[in-house]
Amino acid sequence: MSFIEATRMALAALTANWLRSALTMLGMVIGVAAVIATFAIGVGAQETIGRIMTSLGSNIIVVWPGNSNLGGARGPSGSSGRLSERDATALRDEVSEALVVAPSVAGNVQVVYGNLNWSTRVNGVEDDFFVARDWEIDTGRSFTEAEERRGAKVAIIGRTVAEQLFGEDDPIGSVIRIQKMPAEVIGVMKSKGQTMFGQDQDDVIFVPLDTARQRLLGRFKSRPDQIDSITLKANSAEALDEVEKSARAVLDRRFAQQTAGDLSEAYNLRNLTQLVEAQTSAARTLSRLLGVVATIALVVGGIGIMNIMLVSVTERTREIGLRMAVGARRRDIRLQFLIEAMVLALVGGTIGILIGAATSVTLARMTGWPLVIAPDVIGLAFAFSAGVGVFFGWYPATKAARLDPIEALRYE
Amino acid sequence: MEAQPVIAVEHLTKTYSGGDEVVHALDDVSFTVPRGSFVAVMGPSGSGKSTLMNLIGCLDRATSGRLLIDGVDVEQIDSDGLAGTRRDTLGFVFQTFNLLPRLTALDNVAMPLAYGRMPRRRRRQRAAELLAAVGLSGRARHMPPQLSGGQKQRVAIARALVNDPAVVLADEPTGALDTRTGREILALLQALNRDGRTILMVTHDEDVARHAGRILRFRDGRLIADEVVAAPLDARAGIEPAPVPVSTPETAGTPGTAAKPVPQGIPGAVA
Repeated sequence: MSFIEATRMALAALTANWLRSALTMLGMVIGVAAVIATFAIGVGAQETIGRIMTSLGSNIIVVWPGNSNLGGARGPSGSSGRLSERDATALRDEVSEALVVAPSVAGNVQVVYGNLNWSTRVNGVEDDFFVARDWEIDTGRSFTEAEERRGAKVAIIGRTVAEQLFGEDDPIGSVIRIQKMPAEVIGVMKSKGQTMFGQDQDDVIFVPLDTARQRLLGRFKSRPDQIDSITLKANSAEALDEVEKSARAVLDRRFAQQTAGDLSEAYNLRNLTQLVEAQTSAARTLSRLLGVVATIALVVGGIGIMNIMLVSVTERTREIGLRMAVGARRRDIRLQFLIEAMVLALVGGTIGILIGAATSVTLARMTGWPLVIAPDVIGLAFAFSAGVGVFFGWYPATKAARLDPIEALRYE
Repeated sequence: MEAQPVIAVEHLTKTYSGGDEVVHALDDVSFTVPRGSFVAVMGPSGSGKSTLMNLIGCLDRATSGRLLIDGVDVEQIDSDGLAGTRRDTLGFVFQTFNLLPRLTALDNVAMPLAYGRMPRRRRRQRAAELLAAVGLSGRARHMPPQLSGGQKQRVAIARALVNDPAVVLADEPTGALDTRTGREILALLQALNRDGRTILMVTHDEDVARHAGRILRFRDGRLIADEVVAAPLDARAGIEPAPVPVSTPETAGTPGTAAKPVPQGIPGAVA
């Protein structure tokens, strides 16, 4: 019997019991859809994390102050306020492996241009900061040394702020008002997108460090030397570890007197690459876990197929006997039932692929992750479905082929 | 007229061993069936006639003895070869018709051809011809549940003939039908026989058996009598418009009785 003939026979048998066939396929549908969606989530998350990693700036370490401790009540991270520009200078002088050491301060401000206003974050930085974060200026220019020294009223604005205040217009040269301070827009940053926590990195305004401390953020009045964080950048991932070690040594020494030897809460230092790596590995673990679940679903789907095929063989015992009597060889019978199982698995798998793809698209839309539907994964899912069909169809088909035709013909 | 018998049975024995007990379902049976004959196999239940039919039908293998179909010893044929013999040389007609309920009459008739090499279009054509030959051309698209018992058996007979087999094996073909319908089926079988088809029919009904040219009587697994029916009944006699379009004038000659009767005696009839 030809393969085509066997397929035709199998299709006829399956459509005759279409509801049962559909329910049996459901297991495969869910399993394969889960595989596809899982893969899309896993790869999408990893790509997103990779993107975030580069948006944060590669090979950087961030230092910020430790917690305050007032009579045993610990304040939030950074509340001790004990990081000063002198620390940054010390790091710059002593951590020779560091490419850049960039101090910065941050606060929230209201900005106004014409009749539009916008609430955003202001960052007081030096030109080095953009190097540390691998962040380029799209149009306009960066701060000059002179502007930095005298705390000039100039600003470089993020993409989101530019859109909010200027729409389509070119902001360069316009004067905006930050709180009560007028400032000339000298540059617009390139877009960076969201952080891994969904924060819009482009919703920001940069001003020179001293401009922020002296003119915009009131809390620096009493301690004009204070800074909120220091970003250190290394040449490479390998050099980063060295930078971290040296920076810790310098900071430990500097904080030793102030904290009476207890350095545990003197300052915070984070290696962002490690942070991102941890995130990546978490995402990988999650996608592996989902993969295991998807595999289990596929196996369960396969067992469903086997179950229904066994029922079908029993129900059609007489048919099998008759087919043998009119000349079907055992291998013809096996082929017919094997193809039925394969059709169930493959049709289920195909529907699963479609649903999985649709789920991936929806997820990509919802999370803003990149859409990843790899052709090789679809091919693999298809091959896996066929494999499930053969694996779980083999036993019922062999059982059918081994029936004794006399017994089978007499079966009620 | 030195034709080889289409079926030759030599000392055929089939035993089943259930525990300590050995049952001789068929005990040293020998006979031959010449080509073109109509033979009835008679006996009460348990007489071994079903076992004999299963052996001749190549659905089962004998314990000892020889069975030659078309001169070939079936013991020498492997399992796939037996399937080929069933397909090409034998046609089965069952008491309960055994039509596949989800296939149309036409597809039921064409079904055995799926295991051969004929292209699909030709298969349907051939099936349609055979349905016409058994007088059911108008029922090609009907499903088995829409057919009467007699019509179902006609479809089954058409199916048995679809590969143009040398022998038609009919197991109680009238058993599930009323007398009148049964007679129609017998008329059809007789017509086939007049066309030169060899027919082996199992029955327990003497009246049915008398439509054949020869009767083999079985009891307790042994062949106890091999009788030539002097004047077989003509099934057309009792029914008005005999629908027997299968016969053609050239081949419609004397029924199976005229074919060389080979009385085998009853060898091994030990009490």
